[in-house]
Amino acid sequence: MRAPLSKYIALAGVAAAISGVFLYAGGFFGNSQLTAQEFVNLQQGANPHAGFRRAHAKGFCVAGEVRSNGALAEHSVAAVLQSTTTPFIGRFSTGGNNPLAPDLSSPVRSLALSFSESPEQNWRIAMNTPPVMAVATPEAFYAQLSALSPDPATGQRDPSRIQAFFQQHPESQTFRNWSASYQATGSLAAEQYHSINAFYLVNSAGERQAVRWAAVPKTQVASNPFAEQNDALRLELEAQLAQAPVAFDWQFTFAGANDDENNPTQLWPESNEQKIAGQIVITRIEPDSACSEILYDPLILPAGVQATADPILRARSAAYAESYRRRAREVAAQHAQ
Amino acid sequence: MNNPAQFPLSARIFHWGMAALIFSMLLAGLSMVQTLQAWHAPIVAAHKFFGVLALIAVIARLANRFRFKSPALPADLPAAQKLAAMVTQALLYICMFAMPISGFLMVSASGQGINMLGLFTLPPIGEPSLVGYSFFRELHAITAVLLMLLIVMHVTAAVYHGLIRKDNLLRSMLR
Repeated sequence: MRAPLSKYIALAGVAAAISGVFLYAGGFFGNSQLTAQEFVNLQQGANPHAGFRRAHAKGFCVAGEVRSNGALAEHSVAAVLQSTTTPFIGRFSTGGNNPLAPDLSSPVRSLALSFSESPEQNWRIAMNTPPVMAVATPEAFYAQLSALSPDPATGQRDPSRIQAFFQQHPESQTFRNWSASYQATGSLAAEQYHSINAFYLVNSAGERQAVRWAAVPKTQVASNPFAEQNDALRLELEAQLAQAPVAFDWQFTFAGANDDENNPTQLWPESNEQKIAGQIVITRIEPDSACSEILYDPLILPAGVQATADPILRARSAAYAESYRRRAREVAAQHAQ
Repeated sequence: MNNPAQFPLSARIFHWGMAALIFSMLLAGLSMVQTLQAWHAPIVAAHKFFGVLALIAVIARLANRFRFKSPALPADLPAAQKLAAMVTQALLYICMFAMPISGFLMVSASGQGINMLGLFTLPPIGEPSLVGYSFFRELHAITAVLLMLLIVMHVTAAVYHGLIRKDNLLRSMLR
């Protein structure tokens, strides 16, 4: 029972074809599009800090509650937005991949919230000080981060690269205007934090309303009394929390007829309808273990809130997941030792 | 003892239905962990939903497996190949269970449930844990690689029987 060679070749062809499909999908022949792995590689830099988040590595956990007044209840069935109080575990952080960097000098400050009352109502919110993105696609964002990265040889940023990048991306004008006028405060409690990307609120009738939201501070702090220290912002917040909780207004801005909810580079007119959903109240600082497990992926949304098609928003999930996987692997390895 | 010429219809439906499901799930999984494109979120949601279906399907399939007598391997097949066939089949079943279970447990360890088409949410099991997430996340990936190797072996062996040995084996599952 000797089969001709051609049949063995056909057999090898079958094996090669199936293997080839798997290898292709796995990216072994390269990817035509930017991948989450490439993105996180860029964010973590040449010397990743094991066990820490790849972006916004420096930060700390807080606990608090949202006291909702129900003003958004007609627009969304999300439990947090009904007239009720919902606890959260939050995280204040500053931009960059170095968990030991001085926090006061970082150009970006962030506030993330995690509501975990029930699996249906899990909601992760990640807000930053800029109100807009400089660019509108993950590919352009990658190019921006590349341009802003320090030159490996000198350890310094290259102003000519940065300038060239912004010239190639006129959509970054709104961001640059904000950046030029932004004056960092002396406190995490005095910053305004923005959703940047837009989301849809969905009510019980299934009607969708595009919104952006922000945490609007209720205090002013011009200078930081701990400015010489590495953890100046944390120390200042600790001092404030020792006196009283720190509150923000949770302000929603509605998209107008001419606003593109899928473009995070443009501000919406100040005349747009705004509603205050209630107050975000930070009550205390928590140990790192309180939020180390939390993946602040802004696409983890409750019933009543949906993602827009904004390409930057959609790209965040995969990159966050890759960062989470690497961090978890390192923590597991440290744990096993 | 009579030897059936083919698998019963129920077994063929399970086999080909799950083959299509598993192949799609592997390709979706491989692509979705890399992509930054807008389809990431809906594919991940679908992957989780179909993963739950895959677990239900393999439980039903295993139960069904004990209801009939499978066609015997060709009598003239060398003992080593018979052993390889049995080991491959056992490993395929282990992987078909390990894939959805590790997937559900990694999602659980990250503190998430699984949304079933918006009808209800399967709640996570246990407390969120980075160590637990890492264990099940890497197990999910390793099992996927093993499963892909087994599929290549399984399909190649089936085609070998049909094309070169020209025995009844491939036909017993085809019709």
